Amino acid sequence: MNNILNQIGIENYIFLSVLLFCIGVFGVLYRRNAIIVLMSIEIMLNAVNLLFVAFSTYHQDAEGQIFVFFSMAVAAAEVAVGLAILVSIFRNLGSIDIDNLKNLKG
Amino acid sequence: MSTIVIIFYFLAAFTLATAFLTIYSRNPIHSAIYLVLCFFSIAGHYLLFNAQFLALVHIIVYSGAIMVLMLFTIMLMNLNKEDEVHKPRITRIGALVVFLIMSVVFITIFINSKTITGGYDTSGEDFQSIKVLGKVLLNEYLVPFEFISILLLTAMIGTVLLSKKEKKNE
Repeated sequence: MNNILNQIGIENYIFLSVLLFCIGVFGVLYRRNAIIVLMSIEIMLNAVNLLFVAFSTYHQDAEGQIFVFFSMAVAAAEVAVGLAILVSIFRNLGSIDIDNLKNLKG
Repeated sequence: MSTIVIIFYFLAAFTLATAFLTIYSRNPIHSAIYLVLCFFSIAGHYLLFNAQFLALVHIIVYSGAIMVLMLFTIMLMNLNKEDEVHKPRITRIGALVVFLIMSVVFITIFINSKTITGGYDTSGEDFQSIKVLGKVLLNEYLVPFEFISILLLTAMIGTVLLSKKEKKNE
């Protein structure tokens, strides 16, 4: 079983994850639609998961993959609750534009 | 350049492009579909690492469950039209500047970090097949594994409570 990192190198995976994470941050800041903001958060979580798997292969250790498993479960729970909150916001306000949600602004 | 490297660069470009199109396209349905493609290409990266279990779980959980949930919500709210107003120009430029600065800073940090000398060690033993992962998960990580089930149960109850219609008692 040869190591894939011998051919690609860990630094390429680090750069890919960094760029994916930055695209996620850009999406959170750029869009007004709350569903797209949730999708951007998913992209960020996936960037971190990818780096976990890369370092799990780098250290030849299974624990990184166990962590990815846990973070997937947490992401599933987070999306379910987030979408439920969005549905109830939509019922009350009629839109999910995050710029309308400033009742707590003071 | 070997085949593996070519596959890696193709997959990486595909991942980044679909992630960007998720954010850029105006129609939420198109965003969701681009996000599914992005998740599939990330599963391809996992397969490159020979992490079969994670690749399968990733496709089932993300491309299956989460994206169907999101698409249902988009349909439910009737959002499949392109009427979103842009943020003010200054906010958009700010977001772009933050994106550029963050990527430049991170990439410079990692370029200048200590480089790996020599090759990567290959232990030769199997560490990521489903058998080994199951043993690690149910021996060392049994307690977190059980707590995850409690978390999922709590999330389910919370979701039902949140999305239930409130009774109008007047």
